[in-house]
Amino acid sequence: MRKFSFLLVLTLVASIFLAACYGGDNGSDDAGSDDAGSDDAGSETAGQELRVMESSAIPVMDTIMASDTVSFTTMNNVMEGLYRINADQQEVPALAEGEPEVSEDGKVYTFKIREDAVWSNGDPVTANDFVYAWQRALDPDSGSSYGPYLMEGKIAGASEVFNDGADPSTLGAKAIDEKTLEVTLVKPISYFNSLMAFPTFFPQNQAFVEEQGEDYATSADTILYNGPFVLENWDGSTDGEWVYAKNEDYWDADNVALDKITFNEVKDSQTAVNAYESGEADITTKLSSELVPQYEGDENMVSWLEPTVFWIKMNQTNEALQNENIRRALAMAIDKQSLTDNIFNNGSIPANYAVPKEFVQHPETGADFREANGDMLTYNVEEAQKFWQQGLEELGVDSLELRYLGGDSEAAKTSDEFIKDQLETNLEGLTITLESVPFSVRLERDTALDYDLQMAGWGPDYLDPISFSDLWITDGGNNNMAYSSEEYDRLLKEAETTYANDPVKRWETLQEAERVLLEEDAAIVPIYQRQSNILVNENVNDFTYHFVGPEYSFYPISMGE
Amino acid sequence: MGKYVLQRIFYMALTLFIVISLTFFLMQLIPGSPFSTAAKLSDSQLAIMNAKYGLDQPLPVQYAMYMGNVLQGDLGVSFQFSNTPVTELIAGRIGPSLSLGLQAMIFGTIFGILLGIIAALRQNTWLDYGSTFVAVLGKSIPSFVFAAMLQYIIGVQLGWLPVAFWRGFEYSILPTIALSIFPISIAARFMRTEMIDVLGSDYITLAKAKGASGYEIAFKHAMRNALIPVVTVLGPLTVSLITGSLVVERVFAIPGLGEQFVTSINVLDYSVIMGTTILFASLFIFTVFVVDILYSIIDPRIRLSGGNN
Repeated sequence: MRKFSFLLVLTLVASIFLAACYGGDNGSDDAGSDDAGSDDAGSETAGQELRVMESSAIPVMDTIMASDTVSFTTMNNVMEGLYRINADQQEVPALAEGEPEVSEDGKVYTFKIREDAVWSNGDPVTANDFVYAWQRALDPDSGSSYGPYLMEGKIAGASEVFNDGADPSTLGAKAIDEKTLEVTLVKPISYFNSLMAFPTFFPQNQAFVEEQGEDYATSADTILYNGPFVLENWDGSTDGEWVYAKNEDYWDADNVALDKITFNEVKDSQTAVNAYESGEADITTKLSSELVPQYEGDENMVSWLEPTVFWIKMNQTNEALQNENIRRALAMAIDKQSLTDNIFNNGSIPANYAVPKEFVQHPETGADFREANGDMLTYNVEEAQKFWQQGLEELGVDSLELRYLGGDSEAAKTSDEFIKDQLETNLEGLTITLESVPFSVRLERDTALDYDLQMAGWGPDYLDPISFSDLWITDGGNNNMAYSSEEYDRLLKEAETTYANDPVKRWETLQEAERVLLEEDAAIVPIYQRQSNILVNENVNDFTYHFVGPEYSFYPISMGE
Repeated sequence: MGKYVLQRIFYMALTLFIVISLTFFLMQLIPGSPFSTAAKLSDSQLAIMNAKYGLDQPLPVQYAMYMGNVLQGDLGVSFQFSNTPVTELIAGRIGPSLSLGLQAMIFGTIFGILLGIIAALRQNTWLDYGSTFVAVLGKSIPSFVFAAMLQYIIGVQLGWLPVAFWRGFEYSILPTIALSIFPISIAARFMRTEMIDVLGSDYITLAKAKGASGYEIAFKHAMRNALIPVVTVLGPLTVSLITGSLVVERVFAIPGLGEQFVTSINVLDYSVIMGTTILFASLFIFTVFVVDILYSIIDPRIRLSGGNN
């Protein structure tokens, strides 16, 4: 029996230890854990309580440091900037009291800040809170990447402060008085107000941030909130479960219905669906491709086209790819419809364009960006073969070998195989070598121009076509394929300077630029535009998603039949 | 014994040092940038970021700096979690992995040992075949299939237990079962073979002749000796259960270390990779040491002494 008592003791010791482990996890949300396990967990949602699954824990809650969707989404719901994107994807004044005054040349914005905007410690939100946060975002010691990314070339002095160590006070953001913020831009920016809805531009309470020091934004208690909700329970970036509570001090609290939102990190799409089906959560993470067909036609599946476009970049340091006919042949030889229908089968659509569909609308008529330009470089095997032969003749060869750089996920490999097969079948004499590499490696080889063809994608950070057009200017930071067109550069420059204060002309110029890029130069091979699909319980009303930065807004949501 | 322990501690430290150094240099061979926003940053912005994190220094300098910091207990800060100290990242996630791993270990070995003993005592009966079947199943079904099946049948279809998340003991039952199927099969196989071996030995025949009951023979005389090979595999098995619960953590949405470790490798979060490797290596080295000590307690025939033997 001695051995058994040994095991018994071991079990006892271990269970005491284990109890301690759970204790640590649960200590802070004892209310939730008591009833969460019981069978009537589902009926709890009768109140204004929502349960959401997220694809990752919250990495960061310091607004200037964030660079990922889950952080941006959380900030968008527990904090607020001058503007907010509403359910119709339009920017509406939030902390700003009405529209700003804009100077004649479009370079100076004067914002009035709402009198009733307060932080969760009772302090009023002031103009200095913005100035402080923006200066902090540009301090190289902070290590912010979105700060310099979004501010350089836009806000006056940003580049000098970040790169040359200029005095932070030279930044073009000044507190005229407690409630007046004056922002000076490098050039007129027509989408500047919508940019103000981006969390990197949110205010921070200087006294609080400095008081917290290293601990700032590391847990729910070390953050100040000024949005529709507050984080009631969050133990830091490793916490897999976090809770929002309604912010009663929010200036628009009367229009916020939900009292409590519980979030859980769920990495696996099937797990999310199982938890949703068994009534343990109301909103799933994005469904992976293979799950979408199961819910085809289900009214609880919410789908929307993301403004994220995938294309094949053609590296023009390769002599063969300098040939326009070769590029055009490659661009027209892939049956994209078959790719989206048979390989993805998740509602993603073929892209015959560089600026996505259902993303931005004409400043006056409201027509989609796509309406004027329509489809370009559409699939046409015969045409493609003609260009291919012509190109080969011009090069004086009868076969070509190209390296194709793609992602290393299963989904990426499958679609890359399909594209390779399409190209090799349709273009005689072409051999494609697939190179499947992790994301970080692909980025590095992109920068080094170490590829021939590369499957890449782009999701924008602000609601303006320039977030796409900008990519292809000569030596642009993301060009990385040696594409250079005087005509394209000229059009972009015109749009940014000559027509900076003429939205319609600017719009048309950017459409013309896209036409040059695709129709004249066949510079990239557009492949598809991605669709998002998630399951939302029918009791959730007014579920709201967004296209750029933060992904969801929870303040419009209410629960009920 | 004292000399032996001292010697072992020296070798343990040496092993750890080699593991850290190798990982450090191997990791630098992986191409790519640790900044997820690299695509959006200009060259000068990237240069400033690299300088901030000391990535612009030559490799030997980075190595010396890192080793110096590790000796002072500083494992650095994470890139993906905006400067969160690595020790905090690990501390915040190790709880679920640890309790899940230990629960699976305890449940799995007790159940597996019993299964093995029963199989040995009732050799070539349906009990024996049944337990062998369970053991083979546990070894051959991949854990993600088993975990997904448990989740779907018991969680979704029958609704007996929570489908996912980590909020208390009942949430840990399904993942524990899913994770313990492997130790069950290992323990059962080892136990059965050893028991059969031991039951055929002379001293068991003697015990029988002296009139000891079957129960007494099995548990008092045979089990103790049969346990030795099982103990050998228990140590490394425990570590692999704690560190290798990635799949089960993923299926049941448990915020453990596994997922974090894999993500950190994919995004080249250097200090998190290093920190987690150090932790896993130390756990492993330490358990092997404990197992060696346990031998001498379980089996008096084994005596530990210094390197002269």
